[in-house]
Formats: sequence, structure tokens, C-alpha cells
Amino acid sequence: MPAPQCATCHKARAALRRPRSGRALCGACFCAAFEAEVLHTVVAGRLLPPGAVVAVGASGGKDSTVLAHVLQVLAPRLGISLRLVAVDEGIGGYRDAALAAVRRQAARWELPLTVVAYADLFGGWTMDAVARSTAGSGRSRACCTFCGVLRRRALEEGARLVGATHIVTGHNADDMAETVLMNFLRGDAARLARGGGLGSPGEGGALPRCRPLQLASQKEVVLYAHFRRLDYFSEECVYAPEAFRGHARHLLKLLEAARPSAVLDLVHSAERLALAPAARPPAPGACSRCGALASRALCQACALLDGLNRGRPRLAIGKGRRGLDEAGPPRDGEPERAPAPDAVPAF
Amino acid sequence: MVWQVLEGLSRESAKRLRFVPGIVCIDEGAACGLSPEARAKALAEMKLILQTVGFPWHVVALEEVFDLPPSVLRCFAQEPVGTEGAYKAAVDSFLQQQHVLGAEGAGDSPSLAQGEEQLSWPCTQDPQNPQSPDRPPTAAQTEALSRLFDSVKTLTAKEELLQALRTHLILHVARTHGYSKVMTGDSCTRLAIKLMTSLALGRGAFLAWDTGFSDERHGDVVVVRPMREHTLKEVAFYNHLFAVPSVFTPALDTKAPEKASIHRLMEAFMLRLQDQFPSTVSTVYRTSEKLVKAPRDGCAAGPPGPRCLLCMCALDIDTADSATAFGAQTPLHLSQTQPPTPPPTAPCCSAGMGRVQGCCGGARPCEREDPRARVIEQLCYGCRVNMKDLPSLDPLPPYILAEARLRSQRACIEQQIQEYLVEDSDDEAQTGES
Repeated sequence: MPAPQCATCHKARAALRRPRSGRALCGACFCAAFEAEVLHTVVAGRLLPPGAVVAVGASGGKDSTVLAHVLQVLAPRLGISLRLVAVDEGIGGYRDAALAAVRRQAARWELPLTVVAYADLFGGWTMDAVARSTAGSGRSRACCTFCGVLRRRALEEGARLVGATHIVTGHNADDMAETVLMNFLRGDAARLARGGGLGSPGEGGALPRCRPLQLASQKEVVLYAHFRRLDYFSEECVYAPEAFRGHARHLLKLLEAARPSAVLDLVHSAERLALAPAARPPAPGACSRCGALASRALCQACALLDGLNRGRPRLAIGKGRRGLDEAGPPRDGEPERAPAPDAVPAF
Repeated sequence: MVWQVLEGLSRESAKRLRFVPGIVCIDEGAACGLSPEARAKALAEMKLILQTVGFPWHVVALEEVFDLPPSVLRCFAQEPVGTEGAYKAAVDSFLQQQHVLGAEGAGDSPSLAQGEEQLSWPCTQDPQNPQSPDRPPTAAQTEALSRLFDSVKTLTAKEELLQALRTHLILHVARTHGYSKVMTGDSCTRLAIKLMTSLALGRGAFLAWDTGFSDERHGDVVVVRPMREHTLKEVAFYNHLFAVPSVFTPALDTKAPEKASIHRLMEAFMLRLQDQFPSTVSTVYRTSEKLVKAPRDGCAAGPPGPRCLLCMCALDIDTADSATAFGAQTPLHLSQTQPPTPPPTAPCCSAGMGRVQGCCGGARPCEREDPRARVIEQLCYGCRVNMKDLPSLDPLPPYILAEARLRSQRACIEQQIQEYLVEDSDDEAQTGES
């Protein structure tokens, strides 16, 4: 059976079928369509205004690689300039290899690269050290909880170092769908209320963040990377198997098999969730220690580090935050800003 | 649940329930592909139990959807309580679940709340009752129903369609017999599964209506879920301890493999997760309590928008919405590239002469001459995705198609006369004059 013609240019032989619509396209047309969709997302949502200095969170994985590539292609049209920021969490045997990939990419695209390490920012705590600290209590290690919060803080720091005005990350539609499922299964109403949009506009001094690849399914991201012959690091984090997200991911795979549009349906649902006002997180104030955006007196990063430093790593996880020295939610007066962000007091 | 109601109404209970209940039972055998003998057998068992309970009962076959009037899909304003002098409730039955017809250990003959509220409730032996259970559905209707369900490609869409039809039928029965509330026996576990399933089907906007305690989308008839705090296990124990008789009938997805439909998948997943994390179901349930029945950004300030044809929720497709603009367009685009349906014999807007009188004359002939597109644009996102699995809209019961035609005609006409309507607010009148 002869291969079908590309549905767009009708000249080349079709090389793939788009997962969502089933249309047969050749490689070049697919890449063009993908880039057009990302452009539409950015322009329609007014995510990256012209003149923005955009810090791309680069992990060396497929999502951030594709994101950086697409943004580079679109940069002249959008009028933005890019900087790569890579975060070194200190996970042995995984992160070093990923960082090598990022360095290769930075050299290939000629983009300035900045690497921020947990060990420098957070008083010597690497993820391996955190894992050792939380292990052995009979409960799960909750590594992703720590890593997620600390990484966002590290990205923010790295972005400030390079003078960026916006932060972009490579989350795709599958990630958003998994997040919604996971938050529902864990009953995290605050995160459900906060998430679902196109990113945060940047309140209280935090840099605006967005996810241009939010509507692209994971399969399409992989296809794009394949057709553009991008070099990325494709292994899974060492701590991933024990994460709760694995359950959500497994469920998503099953759902996708039963109904191909499940991912998009979930994203659609997530945007339209209506939660009670009481369930929403309180209006953000500033952390009393480092001055970053926080819903309570201490931002989550400071709270987590506090717990780690005190030898009680689970202090800030879950509902048991009573052990922290918090004065309660910030009231009308601004709590005074503490000095430099990395000065986390150790006991 | 019926048993609990029985208990609540009995003279001995401390807080007596003050309503007059009836029971509705829907026979879905045709949809599930049961043979007539199996259906008759199940029906006989049900009748036995229903007779011991003593409330007035109605057994309705799903085939009757073909006789429903289009008014079922309209939302009426709530009638003021007290027009009938009573606050009647109809108890809905559960062929989709295998339980609950509760038995009371003491076995007292249920003494209903006589004299509290007046009223002869309609009896099934009432000769004027058009839905007398003694009249079995005609073979043509059964065949039409099985044709409808066979034409649906996926089990997920079949289940959703079944649910929609069932709801409409119950609504109709409730309205005909003057019931103002419908109680369903959904337990906590079932609702948690339903919540996650609705999420996966794209019905995130309507979760509060689908899984909350009361569901007032239909206006005059309110659906309530009094059993939503009890887990399935509790219900099973109750039934066992109090020797509650129950009837098991196969449902649409009995013995289906796990990956056959989203409903099955979710159910299996949740129950498996519940083994590992015992608080899963209650966590999801608590989260569902935090949902409110409002559009997300509080844009309910304007007049209520159009409602979905099948599920009667306010439409949640927002073409200006940037985020899923692609996603919303894709199903529409796909539906329009379906094999062309035969042109309607009486198109809603004849593109011929009579521009002034015609319903859609002038430079804007109604572009929805394709009946399928016409129906699809009146559905919410979740229902649209389901409709994709239905290759042709013809087997659908006539009331759905009739209502769709009516609504699009009305929309067409409104568009026409928009500029001549005198609006309430001044600015609108000014722009209208342009």
C-alpha cells in the first residue's frame, strides 16, 4: 500500500500521523504546524511580550530541549531573547549526565547557559542528602516534594542572575493532565484552585512563568524532537519510581489507550474547575526570611529547609507545620524583608 | 436506600421523614442485550420486592425514550413548594448497581405517613396511567433501541448515552406523576469514581452538579443523593446484616474487560489505589465537597447562557478561550469532515426566497444546514466528545433531534430580529440601532 501524501503540502510523502487528529503529514509540515501552534499559544495568551528576556528552564530532557529549540526558531518573530538556566539538584548518576547534554545544546545553539546548584543555594543540601535525611522513617521519602519546591526557587534565582523577565518551562499537556489527576487523588484543593491556567502572571515580585508547550501532547513533542534531530537526555530520575505521580501517569496511559483525546479532555476539565473560595490559597504575601512569594509567613522553600536543618525533614510537609516558627498568615502590614536569599539560618 | 426511606417514614422513627415517596425502576435490558426471558425474570423478581415495600411503583422500559416529548429537555422554573400540598419524592432505582432494597430487621409493615400530607399518589394499577407496566415495549422499539446502542462505537460513549437517556426518562416519569424530587442511591465510592470519570471525560466544569448532593439543572425536578456519605462497603454490610433483598441484573459493562471503557478503568484504578492508600476514596469525596456550582471566573454576571442538549448544563465551550482553543476546534473540525449526512428534507432555513419572511434571509443564510453540526454545536464539551463515537445521529430518539431543530431555529430567528428588539439596557438599544 503506497504511503499517503502529506495532507498539507500534498507533495512529500507523509512520514507520520498526528496523534490527535490522525492527519498524515510529512516531517517538515509537521514541524511547521507544531511551531505554529506554539506561536499561537504564546501570542493568544500574551505570554511573552516583545523585548522580554526569557529564561528557559533546561534540564536536558526532551521537553526543555524542544522548548528551547522552538523558542529559538520563534524568537525573531516574537522579539524575545533567550537564556538557558539549568538546575543541578545534586542527584548522582543522573544529573551530571543531563547537564552534559545541556552544555552540548547550549554550545550548539550558542545560547548563554547558567547552572545553579542546590548545594550553593540551599546551604549544602543536595537531593541525595535530602533523600538520606528523609529515608528510614517507614514512610515514603517524598523526594519530589522537596525537589519540586526547591527547583522552582532555584530557577527563580537563576533567572534573576541572568536578568530575565520571564521564566518558561517545558511542561506538556500530559504533564498537566497528570497533575490534575494527582491533585484530585491527593485532595490538594489549593493546588487545584491555583493550577489549570497558562502559568502564573507573577504576583508579588516573582517572575511571570508560563508553559508554551502546554497544549502539545507528549507524543508530538517526541516526534518533533525526532524530526529535528535534537539531542537530549532521556533517562528517568533516580527517585521517580517511588513518586505518587507514577500512579497518575499509569492511569493517564490507560485512559489514553481507551480514548485518545483523554489528555486534552483532562486539560479542558482542569481549566474549568470551580472550587469554593474557602479552598483557595490565601492571597500571597512575602516570606519573612527570604522575601519571596509566599502564602504564609514562610515560603515553602524556607519551610522545607528549616525542617531539614532541624533534623525533622517532614516538618513542612502536609498539615503539620506547627513546629515552624511561623507567626501565622501575614496580616496587613508587610513583614520585614530579610537579607540575601541564600542566608538560611542553620541550627 | 429504599429501606432507609422506609425506616424513616415508619411511626417509630425519632425524626420522621415528611414526604410521599414512589419508586421508579427502569428496565434497561434492551440496551444491555438481554434476552426477553431474562428481562421478564428480572422484572418479576423486582416486582416481588417492590410489592413488599409497599410504595407506589412504576416500572418503565428504556424503550419508552422513543415516546418522550421534546419538553423533557427544557428546563422549567421551579414550582413553588406546596402547590400539590405535599413535598413528594420519587425514589429512583438502581439497575446499574446490585444493591439496596433495604429490609428492616423488625419487619414491621411499613406504615406510611398517612394523613400527614394528603394525596392519592398515582397507583400503578391506575388505568389512566399511560406507562402501565403491564404493557411491554413493542418489538419495534426494542429493535430501535438496540440499533442505537449498537451504532455507538465505544463502550464509554454507550454508557454516557445510557446515563443521559435514563436521566431523561426518570425526569419524564417524575414530571408526569408530579414528583418534585428524585433520590438516587449513589454511594460515596460510586461518586468518587464518577467524579474522576467525569474529569477524564472533559466535564470538569460540571462536577458539582454531577456529584454534589443536589442537582437542580432540570429546574422543577431536583435530583438528590442522600446516600453519598456511605461507602460501598458500609452499604454491603448493611444489606447483609439486615437481610435486604436485592436483585442483580447485568449492566452494560458487566464482564467487560478492564480497558474497555473509561468508567471501568477508573473504577478498577480507584479500587486498586484504595488498597494501597486507604484514604483515597474519602479524599476524593472531600475534594468534591469543595466544588461549587459556579463558572470559574465568576462570569455568571450575564444572563444564563445556552444549555447543553443532552446533559442540560450551561455550555462550557468558550471560543475566546485561548488555552483549549485548539482542542475545542479539533472535535468540531472532525465532526464536519464526517461522511456527509443526507441533506435534511425540511431544512430549518430554506435558502430560497422569502428573505423578509424566511427565518434566515438576507446576507446570512443559516450556515448550519448540516443537521449533525447543528446538534453538535448545542452540546457541551463532554457530550461533543461522546458524539464523536456516534457515526450517525439518526438512531437517536426523535425527541432529541426535534429539540435540536427547535433550538437552532429559534437561534436563527433571534439573530434575524436582533436589531429590532428593544433591549432593557440603554447601551444595547443604541448598538442595536446601528
